[in-house]
Formats: sequence, C-alpha cells, structure tokens
Amino acid sequence: MAIGAAAGFLSALMGVGGGALVVPALTLLLRFPVKVATGTSLVAIGVTATASAAIYGVLGYVHRAIAVLLGVPDAVGAFGGTWLQQRLSSASVRLAFAAFLSLVAVTLLVHE
Amino acid sequence: MTVLLEVACGLAAGVLAGLFGVGGGILLVPAMVLVLSLCQHDAQATSLAAMIPAILVGGSRQQRYGNVRRKAAGVIGACSLVGVAAGTVCATALPDAVLRVLFSAMLVMVAGRLVASARERRRPETPAVSALGSSQ
Repeated sequence: MAIGAAAGFLSALMGVGGGALVVPALTLLLRFPVKVATGTSLVAIGVTATASAAIYGVLGYVHRAIAVLLGVPDAVGAFGGTWLQQRLSSASVRLAFAAFLSLVAVTLLVHE
Repeated sequence: MTVLLEVACGLAAGVLAGLFGVGGGILLVPAMVLVLSLCQHDAQATSLAAMIPAILVGGSRQQRYGNVRRKAAGVIGACSLVGVAAGTVCATALPDAVLRVLFSAMLVMVAGRLVASARERRRPETPAVSALGSSQ
C-alpha cells in the first residue's frame, strides 16, 4: 500500500509513471519475478497516470491535442524501441544515452 | 508543421524509451519544454495524459503474457490515488523552476542507473518487458 502511495505521489509530482519506483519495490520487497513486477507495475501505474492526468486535465494543465499527438506515436515508437533493443543493446550505447539524459537535464536547467 | 514536429517527438521518445527501458514520460517532458515551449507544469501534466495509450497497450500485452498480478496491481493503483492527490497539490503549489530542478535531478538519477546497468556483465532478462514497464 505504501508503494502505491509513494509511486502515486512521485508520478503526479514529476509527470512520469511511477514504474521506476514500483518495479524495484515489487522485486526487492515483495520478491516478484522481474517480468511479473514489470507487468503488474504497468497496470498499476495505468491507474495512477489516468488519475493524475484527469486531475490536471480538470485544472487546465493538459494540452489535449499535444497529448494525443505525442502519446500515440509514443506507444508506436515503444514497440520499435523494444524491437531495436533486442538487436542493439550494448554498454556503450547505454552510456551514450546516459550522457544524453544528463545533457537534457542541464539544458532544462538553463532553459528560459 | 507543428503537428509533424509533435508526432516526430512522440515517436522518438517512444523509440528511445523502448530501446533503453526507461519510461516515455522522461523524454516527453523535456521535448515539450524545449521543443514545444510548454512550461514545466503543463509539460508534466500533458505527459501524464500522453502516457496513457502506451500504458494501455503495454499493460494489455503483459496481461496476455500472464505477467500481471491483478490484486497487487489493484491495491497499488488504488493506494496511489492518495499519493496522486498529494502530488498534484505539491506540483501545482511549486513554481515552475523548482519542478524543473526536481525533474532534472530525476533525469540524472536515471542516467546513473543506466550507467550502472551498462557496467553489469549480463544482459537484461526481458528487455521487451522492461522497456514498456520499468520506468513507465
């Protein structure tokens, strides 16, 4: 239950799904196998994301058109991404992405 | 033109998320702020809405593979609502700049996790699952 509350809080605060919290919590604390943890987490955060999105939607923060135009390709892209992962995943590629994320973080901070 | 840009951003975010096993939101939010010029609040809120199709698709797939413990998902989901309420209150109360700092910090943490996993010898167990699941 605490997992749910914590994940929900983070998710609504950050605008991301809570999976990064839920999956490790399920595997480490409740000893779920990784696959089951990931699958279960996905369904759970579906609830979380929908609730958060609904609240923000009512408050007027959600750009609906953008959500659709980003969200649908995102779902499609995810399939492509996982397909690629089977073929590409290597340490150096991951390090490159980590560097990219850090760059994005810095850019976000200085952006005005 | 903007439509094309948005679709491209969504696609790119999805592919990268799937490729590296991170959630889509993590790339959508910066894309919205940096490319589409949304403020951090709006970007985060819109990202949550945008994530829903991907979660629905991924979730039903996982369900079919038998990877979902429905009771656990239900409890976690239901209890997350408390957190959601608290989170939305905090997020709307905090200024854009603070949210941005928090978000950037999270990006750095995810980057750190990627570096750590890059150093591990063994390949991830189920890449296809982790992609649509892990940080979604």
